[in-house]
Amino acid sequence: MSLEIKTSIIEPRRQTYSHIAKRLGEDKPAARYQEATWDLQPTTNFHYRPTWDPQREIYDKSLTAIKMEDWYSFNDPRQLYYGAYTIARHKMMEAEENHFKFIDKTSMMDLVSGEWQQKVKEFLLPLRHFEWGANMNNCDCSDKSYGAAISQVALFAAMDRLGMAQIISRTGLVLDDSTGKSLDEAKLLWMEADMWQGVRRMTEDSFVLKDWFEMFTAQNFCMDGVVFPLFYDYFDKEGQEHGGSALSMLNEFMQDWGKDERRWMDHLLKVTAAESPENAALLSGWIKEWTDRAIEAFTPIARHVLGSKADEVMAEIRTEINKRAAKSGIEI
Amino acid sequence: MAAKRKKKLGLKQRYSMLTRGLDWETSYQKMDDVFPYDNYEGIYIHDWEGWEDPFRLTMDAYWKFQSEKEKKLYAVIDSFAQNNGHLGITDARYVNAIKLFLTGVSPLEYQAARGFTHVGRQFRGVGPRVACQMQALDELRHVQTQVHSMSHYNKYFDGLHSAPHMHDNVWYLSVPKSFFDDARTAGPFEFLTSISFAFEYVLTNLLFVPFMSGAAFNGDMATVTFGFSAQSDEARHMTLGLEVIKFMLEQDERNVPIVQRWMDKWFWRGTRMLSLVAMMMDYMLPKRVMSWREAWDIYFTEAGGALFKDLERYGIKPPKYADIATKEAEHISHQAWHIFYNYTHAAAFHTWVPDKEELDWLSEKYPDTFDKYYRPRLEYLDKEEKAGRRFYNDTLPMLCQVCQIPMGFTDMDDPTTISFKVSEYKDDKYHTCSNGCKDIFDHEPMKYVQAWLPVHQIYQGNCGGSEMEDVLKWYKMNLGADNLDYNGSPDQKLWDEWQAHRTKV
Ligand SMILES: [Fe+2]
Ligand SMILES: [Fe+2]
Ligand SMILES: [Zn+2]
Repeated sequence: MSLEIKTSIIEPRRQTYSHIAKRLGEDKPAARYQEATWDLQPTTNFHYRPTWDPQREIYDKSLTAIKMEDWYSFNDPRQLYYGAYTIARHKMMEAEENHFKFIDKTSMMDLVSGEWQQKVKEFLLPLRHFEWGANMNNCDCSDKSYGAAISQVALFAAMDRLGMAQIISRTGLVLDDSTGKSLDEAKLLWMEADMWQGVRRMTEDSFVLKDWFEMFTAQNFCMDGVVFPLFYDYFDKEGQEHGGSALSMLNEFMQDWGKDERRWMDHLLKVTAAESPENAALLSGWIKEWTDRAIEAFTPIARHVLGSKADEVMAEIRTEINKRAAKSGIEI
Repeated sequence: MAAKRKKKLGLKQRYSMLTRGLDWETSYQKMDDVFPYDNYEGIYIHDWEGWEDPFRLTMDAYWKFQSEKEKKLYAVIDSFAQNNGHLGITDARYVNAIKLFLTGVSPLEYQAARGFTHVGRQFRGVGPRVACQMQALDELRHVQTQVHSMSHYNKYFDGLHSAPHMHDNVWYLSVPKSFFDDARTAGPFEFLTSISFAFEYVLTNLLFVPFMSGAAFNGDMATVTFGFSAQSDEARHMTLGLEVIKFMLEQDERNVPIVQRWMDKWFWRGTRMLSLVAMMMDYMLPKRVMSWREAWDIYFTEAGGALFKDLERYGIKPPKYADIATKEAEHISHQAWHIFYNYTHAAAFHTWVPDKEELDWLSEKYPDTFDKYYRPRLEYLDKEEKAGRRFYNDTLPMLCQVCQIPMGFTDMDDPTTISFKVSEYKDDKYHTCSNGCKDIFDHEPMKYVQAWLPVHQIYQGNCGGSEMEDVLKWYKMNLGADNLDYNGSPDQKLWDEWQAHRTKV
């Protein structure tokens, strides 16, 4: 190339795009996350109203009661844009893949007691439908939300939930020797078993929520605030007592993912609540309502797995959710 | 070691076990409340299971392939920046193609991402939903990698600094913006017909091949790299486009006329938008790839012809006005360039009169039309410019109510008469540029009367003021840098300085 040109005469005339510099300050080089996110979404002069919902604009702030001066206030602490996202998830998945291979090679699943294997089929495998519900809700939020910052996080989360539904499905295929029988049975439980109806009802009710920020909070803070500790910490520990280390290994992706999501969610709630007392009040109401529902819905499953310890565990989980909310400036 | 031999699943079976069974028939809420938007367009679907998954990709494989592609792409973007790759292009005039891309096309990638997210939630079948979600994610990739690749050009050249704002406001960018707004405000099946089929399947080669090979010919390695990297996603998107068409056509005969009308509409809207690409190809590339006419013949007439032959068995005919569009391929690039030459004081990229060698190339590529209609005009403009009278048109043009292109295109059988159609709706008159646009208007007037037409908006005082300068400032254009002729521009000055330095050393 043209290396003979002295670098002194090819000084850049500007460091980044104007809309990025406006947020960042002039003459600062921008991070990839910032250029890939800020002001990416159109904001004005939409040509037509959606024929599927003429009440709204294509991008519309009024689809939630939450009000933000700037919808790019909550930047993802993980700084995920597409490239960073796929690279991060692939890394997590590579580890998970190795666990699957190792379990396959060593027939480690055979060491899990038959009784616990049966339990796993009853509590873990139906959860793949809950994950699919979480995919739908995050997809809906990505669609309805305002600003590229939160919309992209929701889309990443939607795809992650599909990914986790598939990991759970693969666990089923390990347990049923790839016949798919365990998955069919799990679907039947999801559709008909008493133990699961609370969760299914809650999931279906969340599908039709009108306010996307409520949906986002209900799914990713409240329901997940119950599911991730309950399934991947408490149930996991219970499994250890039944030779369940093979299953523990397979939980790793979900454990890591849950931690990752917490970072973002807690940050989101903190920034949103700090914006105004009205926002904080809305969040508080939603968190109260949906935490109550999630605790109630998952209690029968907790009892099925943990027996008499279940109520105590659910109380601990609720305390933890309230603590996280309080830390984000939200009183329940 | 393992006593029993483990069963190995085939790809199709594995995909279906991991994905297809995930959804369920809701009972605590009505299915129609959970999926309120997938049945108002008049498309009959009897069996969602009839959907053939076009690419059986599970998330583990998706993350793997895509992250590998991203790593390679960003390595190139980084080295392009470190090695001042912008110095390796053929000529700074080329950067104007990049400007048009970043302000006109990249925002559409974002619109695509959000549009596919919408339909990725709204279809009740799990198969199409997953395919659409993956495409949503891909489209986010496209806009983000484009923003990152072009960031380096923005550091050195004008006209690239405010793409999102310009896309929302600037007059000629309402052509691509209204195209996508139109698709996004349509129902989910029409959205897929417009974007996945008409755009990604039928017309995509006319957008990406020109830009990407144009980049390759002109030494722009950054654009070539993201282009080729995106191309492997497009292969998936195209199969989705074909699958949705076949799915609708196979589910019910009553779907056929609806699908045909959508094809007609989106073919026409697509070709109108591509007139921007046509002029880019014939005028903005210092080193030309092929003429617009040649691209049209290869990618539409030949490839499209074979496709529509294939769809004949469903009762589908080639798009209405395809013959007109083919005639237009002789004229459209010249007419579009002429419009922008007239109004380049109000545009965020430069125009110019092609030099002698370039005019000769156009004469050779367009033997029947260029010398007769367009060359004399360009030579006249050149003379005027050299005499210190570079022509700019100070009146605002009327825009087509549908495609929003200034009404400067002519009747194709009479290239001296401006084509002009009128419709009436609720006692008002609406003007369109062609029968293609008029048909679209007449079928859904209540939609197209809503259009945010930039020229109307300027006259109504909604664009920063009544003087041209007020409007341009409101567009966030840096006057005297982003706009006007290439000759005398800061881009040119800087480029010439670099070249002078290069020869001295
Ligand atoms: Fe794309
Ligand atoms: Fe695409
Ligand atoms: Zn038109």
